[in-house]
Order: sequence, then structure tokens, then C-alpha cells
Amino acid sequence: MTKIKTVADLKRIKDEVQSKIKLRENSDHPEQIVQVKVGMATCGIASGAKETMKYFVDELEQQAIDAVVTQTGCMGYCYAEPTVEVTLPGKDPVVFGYVNKEKAEEIIDVYIKRGELIDGVIPITFKTIDD
Amino acid sequence: MKTISEHVLDIVQNSVRAKATLIEIIVNENKENNLYTLVVKDNGCGMPEEILRQATNPFFTSRKTRKVGLGLSLLKQNAEGANGSFTIDSVPGEGTLVKAVFQKSHLDRPPLGDIWNTWYYTLLSNPEIRLIYKHCTGAGSFEIDSKEIFDMLEGVSLSQKEVREAVIEMIINNLKELEVIN
Repeated sequence: MTKIKTVADLKRIKDEVQSKIKLRENSDHPEQIVQVKVGMATCGIASGAKETMKYFVDELEQQAIDAVVTQTGCMGYCYAEPTVEVTLPGKDPVVFGYVNKEKAEEIIDVYIKRGELIDGVIPITFKTIDD
Repeated sequence: MKTISEHVLDIVQNSVRAKATLIEIIVNENKENNLYTLVVKDNGCGMPEEILRQATNPFFTSRKTRKVGLGLSLLKQNAEGANGSFTIDSVPGEGTLVKAVFQKSHLDRPPLGDIWNTWYYTLLSNPEIRLIYKHCTGAGSFEIDSKEIFDMLEGVSLSQKEVREAVIEMIINNLKELEVIN
């Protein structure tokens, strides 16, 4: 297999993928998709949020979980980076702190797949001394 | 930040928040003059003089969630620590250009890092922004333009595993050719 070097090479891969996708039914229900937002501001990046995001993208796909993983800016919980906000369909968003690879695995296995809350949730009612 | 790609990931967030529709990331390696230049240029809302002057102040930020803004200050610190320089030019309504110059051989110049992941994941989260990455060395130059990629994809999702791996492999192979990485 030749190395992928140009956009033309990419097109070849795209064509192969396109025929595979036609066999899969692409669900287009945004309400049923799990939304994962990884905090990627300076504090997040410095704490390794990039690895966290890569892990979520790879694992969720591996486990065929319908999810959208995006970067977001600072959520305000810089002391607990990397932070991840998970919104299960029909539920309120939940923010987790200190999300390294092990924690991410736990979040996927327990919260996303089974809907059970786990330790490490940062409550939305958290107030700082300025509030 | 341990790598240049992490700085890029960070600074590009500023461009995204400035509602840019075109962001160019340009890395230029110049062996003869021992210079390593990083430019992040956007067509976002820009900054007026008073804000621009404060931009590299770590205790100044336009965010409401906290009181510090470290991105630009950390990059400036790293550039100057590698015997380089740091400038920001901005015109309200037109855009901003951040330029960090490092001494290429300086021990404190951070390595490039996985810029391919930075480009890919930034694009994945902001597909509506035209994201261009360009890398020039003495051996030539390489450019990847998100518009070209999306045109080529013809509706196939960027998040498809095969597409992701292919795009990342393409960037890596080209950077290897330019002797940017091994």
C-alpha cells in the first residue's frame, strides 16, 4: 500500500470508506447522541486534556457508542483539569474533574454505558468566593 | 507547555473565540539564520489598542469564568526564553496575527510536538472554520487546507476512523519528508 501523501491519496481512502458507510445505517438523531465536551483551554492543555480527548474519541468509536466529542474553552474549573462535560440523551450535563485515561475509561463504562453516577463530579452549584 | 503544538492548540482557541472563519498556522524553520517562527493568523474580530496592550498580561483576560489568561503570556515567555521574540498585531474588524520567534537550536525551544493531532482535533470541534497549516523548511514546504479536505470528503464525516487515521498519516508523512520529524 502506497504511503498517504497527497489529498488524492486521501480521496482513495475516502472512496473505500464511503462504500462501507452505505452498509451502515447512519443514525441522525441528535437527541439520542451522547455529547462529550473536553475542556481545552490553557489549563486543560497543560494538564494533558489532549490525551483525554483522543482517548474518548478512540474508545467511544471502538465501543460503537453514538457520541460527539468536541473541545470547549475554559469551564472555570482550572484546579481540576482535565475536565469533561458529559451530556447523556435527555439528561442534564455532568462535569467530571481530574479526567485522565483511567477516569475516562470509568466514565465511559459506568456513566455513559450504564447511566450510573461515579465519584469526581463537579457540582454546578459550586460557588467561588466571588459569588 | 511542553510542545509548540500545545501552544498552537491554545492560541487557536483565541481565534475561535474571536469568531474567525479563517485561521492560518504557519511554522517556518530557517537553518541558516537559526530561526524557528510560529505564526497564528486569524480574521476574527481583532483587538483595539487598549486590549492589545494588555493581551500578554497574565492577569488580563476577556473571559468571565476566571481572572487569568495565560495562553499568550506562556507563549511569549517560551519564545523569549529561547532567545527569540514575540509580537501581536491586531486590527479590530480584520483580525489578529500572533508571531513567536524562537532560536532554532536553543535548548529551551520546545519541540514541535504532535501538530497533526492539534490540527485535526481543532478542526473536528470547529468544522465551519477554514483551518490551514503550513510548514516550511529548507527542504521545502507542506500545506494542509481544511477546505480542500472537506471538498475531497464530499460529505463523508471527518470523524470516521479511517479518515482520521489517513489525514493524520498524511501530515506525518509529509513532515517526515521535510525532515521536520523522524
